[in-house]
Amino acid sequence: MEDFYRELIIERYKTPHYRGVLDPNDFSYEDDNPACGDHIQIDVRLDETGVVTEAVFSGEGCAISQASADLLVESIIGKHIDEIKALGKEDVLDNLGIELGPVRLKCALLPLKVLKAGIYGLGDQEAED
Amino acid sequence: MAPTANTGFNIQQIREDFPLLSREVRPGVPLTYLDSAATSQKPMVVIDAMNRYYQDMNANIHRGIHKLAEEATYAYEGARQRIADFIHAPSPEELIFTRNTTESINLVANSWGRTFLKPGDVILLTEMEHHSNLVPWQILANHLSLRLEFIPVTPQGLLDQDAFLTLLDQEPKLLALTHMSNVLGTINPLEDMLAKAKSAGAMTLVDGAQAVPHFPVDISTLKADFYAFSAHKMVGPTGIGILYGRRELLEEMPPFLGGGEMIKRVELRSFKTNDLPHKFEAGTPAIAEAVGFGAAVDYLSQIGMAEVEKQERILAGYALESLSGIPNLHVLGPGIEERGGVVSFYIDGIHAHDVAQILDSEGIAVRAGHHCAQPLHTKFNLPATSRASLYLYNTPEEIDRLVEGIHKTKSIFA
Repeated sequence: MEDFYRELIIERYKTPHYRGVLDPNDFSYEDDNPACGDHIQIDVRLDETGVVTEAVFSGEGCAISQASADLLVESIIGKHIDEIKALGKEDVLDNLGIELGPVRLKCALLPLKVLKAGIYGLGDQEAED
Repeated sequence: MAPTANTGFNIQQIREDFPLLSREVRPGVPLTYLDSAATSQKPMVVIDAMNRYYQDMNANIHRGIHKLAEEATYAYEGARQRIADFIHAPSPEELIFTRNTTESINLVANSWGRTFLKPGDVILLTEMEHHSNLVPWQILANHLSLRLEFIPVTPQGLLDQDAFLTLLDQEPKLLALTHMSNVLGTINPLEDMLAKAKSAGAMTLVDGAQAVPHFPVDISTLKADFYAFSAHKMVGPTGIGILYGRRELLEEMPPFLGGGEMIKRVELRSFKTNDLPHKFEAGTPAIAEAVGFGAAVDYLSQIGMAEVEKQERILAGYALESLSGIPNLHVLGPGIEERGGVVSFYIDGIHAHDVAQILDSEGIAVRAGHHCAQPLHTKFNLPATSRASLYLYNTPEEIDRLVEGIHKTKSIFA
């Protein structure tokens, strides 16, 4: 448990580094975790080659979901969207540095779910273009 | 300070009746179970009754002529009779076995609602309903173009009685409300509200899921048209619940599910429904669970529901007093006079999930989330709350452990 609420998580929860909204943006997506009311929105700006130049999150929820969002957003800046598409559960847990049971895993993974939905939504738009 | 003990209430003996309460959550960490509003623990007599049913008399009911079928039928119908007695229902034929409270309410919405409601009719609900007494009516309202109206909840967590009277001017066809809120703990003044609704010409349905387990409920004085509750919140098994319905209404209503048991005669293109209560019990029911439900009401009757209520009131008062002394912690709902043993709270700056997670590390089981009452949380502008809910087997020492756990949570987030 002490691991669970390791300093990094509490610190990022209380004073996140990447909280905010970007308007305009290249994509923005939000979603909820209906079981607990966690809410995450992620806004991203890309350069012409598809590399993330700016990214922020907003929303509310538990320490795990909010810290996970902050760390995820931090980790994608400078990455190409193809690299981001390859991110998985392990990357999120590596960011947090903890193991999680099935219920809290949903809190930790919500930001990644939001980010990927945003990217694939972007893909659709591009396809339409 | 620990509350005055309820003499005549042997808490140690009661705790020993529930085998799960003595387990450790993790090595060296005892269980503090404060989530009985979600589901209660089960005493050995209930577990034994269900095992005995499977070991000694398992057979399908009603149809069989053989000895086992007769014994199983007797056990199943005997349970119905004892549950009817437990809530003072006029007759066991007015009790339908369902899966749970949710299914009971869906039965009324689908059978009574689809038959007797017309476009434009008003259904009156409240802002404190569990999703089980909200979504079935939303589905029905969409289907039949009904209008849903809601009795507001005051900041103190009570139903606004003036607003209720005004809403009755809209001549609702049905008032459907909870007996006790699973979030606020509020016990609604049902006798008065049901009488007023009836005078205004409305039918009445009560979600009694949080009431029947915790204090004496007398259907004959409440005079609800429909009353729903579940076994698993009252020391019984999951998978079985009750819909009580007034006989005249149940007689007029079409069946909910079709199949075996609910028919008297079947031809290729038609059927004739069976008598009550079988008309609403299509297919092989949860027989062992009914037997367990019967054992559960026997267990509670033996202790006495007035005693259960008294014990919980002492504990709830102690919990309210202990929690309200903690800085930056806010308890939802009214004072002890108007509530039962459900205490939902939030702590400034700490999400309910984190509270529950840290409490779990101390072996304390509380619920975190919106407790299937999302509109109520939206109204109070809360994403989630933590909820400690009490039952007859809880002790003041467990409340003390909860308070210690909350202090620990606050120190981690300090």
